[in-house]
Amino acid sequence: MESKHVHEQIAAMRQSFFNEEVLNENFSQLEQLEGKDNPNFVEEVFTMYLRDSIAFLETIEEAMKTIPIDSIKVDSILHQLKGSSASVGANKVLKEVNKTRQVLGKGNLERTKASILELRKEYDSFKAKLEPYFQLKQANSMAQEK
Amino acid sequence: MNSSSGKSYMSTASSSVIWKAGGDVVADQFPAGLRVLVVDDDPTCLMILEKMLKACQYNVTKCNRAETALSMLRENRNGFDIVISDVHMPDMDGFKLLEHIGLEMDLPVIMMSADDGKNVVMKGVTHGACDYLIKPVRIEALKNIWQHVVRKRKNEWKDFEQSGSVEEGDRQPKQSEDADYSSSANEGNWKSSKRRKDDEDENDERDDTSTLKKPRVVWSVELHQQFVAAVNQLGIEKAVPKKILELMNVPGLTRENVASHLQKYRLYLRRLSGVSQHPSNLNNSFMNPQDATFGPLDLQALAATGQLPAQSLATLQAAGLGRSTAKSGIPMPLVDQRNIFSFENPKLRFGEAQQHVNNNKQMNLLHGIPTTMEPKQLSGLHHTAQSMGNMNMPVLSHGSQSSQNNPLLMQMAQPQARGQMLNDSTVGLAPRLLSPMGQPMLSNGMATNVSTRNGVPENIRAPSYNPVSQTSSMLNFPMNHTSELPGNSFPLVSTPGISSLAPKVAFQEDVNSEIKGSVGFMPSYDIFNDLNQHKPQNWELQNVGMMFNTSQHSNSLQGNLDHTQSVLVQQGFSTGQNRNSTVISKAMFSAGDSTGHVNAQNGNQHLNSLFVDNTVRVKSERVADAAPANLYPDHFGQEDLMSALLKQQDVIAPAENNDFDFDGYSIDNIPV
Repeated sequence: MESKHVHEQIAAMRQSFFNEEVLNENFSQLEQLEGKDNPNFVEEVFTMYLRDSIAFLETIEEAMKTIPIDSIKVDSILHQLKGSSASVGANKVLKEVNKTRQVLGKGNLERTKASILELRKEYDSFKAKLEPYFQLKQANSMAQEK
Repeated sequence: MNSSSGKSYMSTASSSVIWKAGGDVVADQFPAGLRVLVVDDDPTCLMILEKMLKACQYNVTKCNRAETALSMLRENRNGFDIVISDVHMPDMDGFKLLEHIGLEMDLPVIMMSADDGKNVVMKGVTHGACDYLIKPVRIEALKNIWQHVVRKRKNEWKDFEQSGSVEEGDRQPKQSEDADYSSSANEGNWKSSKRRKDDEDENDERDDTSTLKKPRVVWSVELHQQFVAAVNQLGIEKAVPKKILELMNVPGLTRENVASHLQKYRLYLRRLSGVSQHPSNLNNSFMNPQDATFGPLDLQALAATGQLPAQSLATLQAAGLGRSTAKSGIPMPLVDQRNIFSFENPKLRFGEAQQHVNNNKQMNLLHGIPTTMEPKQLSGLHHTAQSMGNMNMPVLSHGSQSSQNNPLLMQMAQPQARGQMLNDSTVGLAPRLLSPMGQPMLSNGMATNVSTRNGVPENIRAPSYNPVSQTSSMLNFPMNHTSELPGNSFPLVSTPGISSLAPKVAFQEDVNSEIKGSVGFMPSYDIFNDLNQHKPQNWELQNVGMMFNTSQHSNSLQGNLDHTQSVLVQQGFSTGQNRNSTVISKAMFSAGDSTGHVNAQNGNQHLNSLFVDNTVRVKSERVADAAPANLYPDHFGQEDLMSALLKQQDVIAPAENNDFDFDGYSIDNIPV
């Protein structure tokens, strides 16, 4: 059936995220929190996370343009990003955040900039993967309701 | 909630746990309904945590700002059982919030962070967090947080019992469960587990009642103030729980309650000041400078001419002191002064320094003033002053006129003055001058010539405090204390400035500790006054600062100086914030100048009126500023005053000020 097919599709997508380590077990934790009364909890969380992270990243990118760079500010934002990424289970993004913080801590400007670019890429990739997933889920559940 | 039936968890929407007296807890329901307040600036994490906590069947309130959380807790002291807070928050450091909560509400607080560094976790421990969670937080970790609530109650209960009011109760509910507990999934728990074990052991030995029954002592602002007052009265060194308890005389309060609160308080102070200053030390240090010759200026000689000189000196000193504090931005009245003295000495050259009295450095004011105060002490003062907020001065007001005191004050004032000294160009002396004369300044309206009288100070005090409290945000404390302080601060003014100063200083220290941030505005004010009054040294300072107006005769000079000095001083203090100082000093000067011809006494009066005006203005400005600044109305009419003064006196406006920056951390946050 269609729905079954979609279901499988969704499941496959999800599994691939884990396989690729795009997501980690914290994501499962969030899923467990979902329930009848809030079936879209995970999606809501992700929407919020994606929105805030992009703001963080943009702020970081801006901060990196100033001279001299306010590394404390950048680190502080990275710290926040770390917390939220960890909480939602955005594994690769989290790893990039940690890497960037490390490089920033060492004071190597060029490497930091490169790292931030990497981070941005991971984020974009993450978003590109998760959004369709949620959309599919949403479409599916709506279809199911019919 | 201290309900006798121990139903702390009652009234939760989801489920209420009814604890029967000494009875069984409806175990299967507990810990459901635990009232948790979760604070985190990250909305994603906050959302997740809220969901997780709800999944644990807790009653959750979420908050994304520490300030909001604190006010929520204050409004509803018994409304929560436990607080979970992030470490890294934009508006307030999580540890600071932790301290506040610990001191005011005595609730268990769990810290959390994405940081798992040992240092951070240790910080959590030392600040009194009952647990530390590392993000991403797992729901399993949250499931066990209720243990902290129970443990705390049990400990309180234990204290309660030990104090003699044992209640029959039974059991330690959940003792067995504790054993199974892992306080949290994090490594930082070793301490809590350890504690748990100890608790269990103790429990086994005791046959005490259910811990839940023990009423929890809520340290309200009033209660805390009483506590702080008692501690100050005894002296932070000598403050033992038993005596504090006696002094407080609060029915139902036990020695143990006081002891645990005292412990927290001490931690808090230590954290604030970074140095534990003994009031006595401070006093000593103050005294020294005074005793020491003021140096070249020979203020003493000048001072001999009359009160004013002394006052001026005081003001100068104060101004000097003020400056130093400016540095930190916190108006540490006491401390700053000291610092100023000690290292500022060389700078005291008013003439030169005037222009730049920058915080800390300029102490020009005290030119010639022997600042024997050790920097350390000064810094200590500074700290305390800072914490005290503007209180510094008020403290001194104890008014003892002992000469000893005064020196202290002076010294204190000076550092403050220094600190306050406007960063930009404070006329070291000027600010001070103002203060002595300042009496008017002090009190926003006090116009009384404080300088002259001992008796007067009382009156003066009061007014001065008012402005301060209003203006500074730091005033957390002052507001409350103003009533207390006034007495202290002014006394200085009234009499031989120095003597009065001393008391203040001492007081301030205490106050500082108590105030946690209360503003010390007043102190600076007072100090100045006192300074002026008191010592010839002031005069010296005045001279220096004024550099003076060579044209003036010694007498008139003095008078003028006094005025200006006091004016300046006051300004210095009031400005507390580095910023306005310049303006103010000017203003002060002009004020002084205008009255310049007046002799000291007269001048005071004139100045008073002048100041009053200014103070009033300043006050409003201050308020708008929200700068903790001190009493000193720096803001007001600074420009006018300053220019006027400057013109006349050729004195450099002691732009100091700001040292009093009371705003410091302490002040605002400290819930007094």
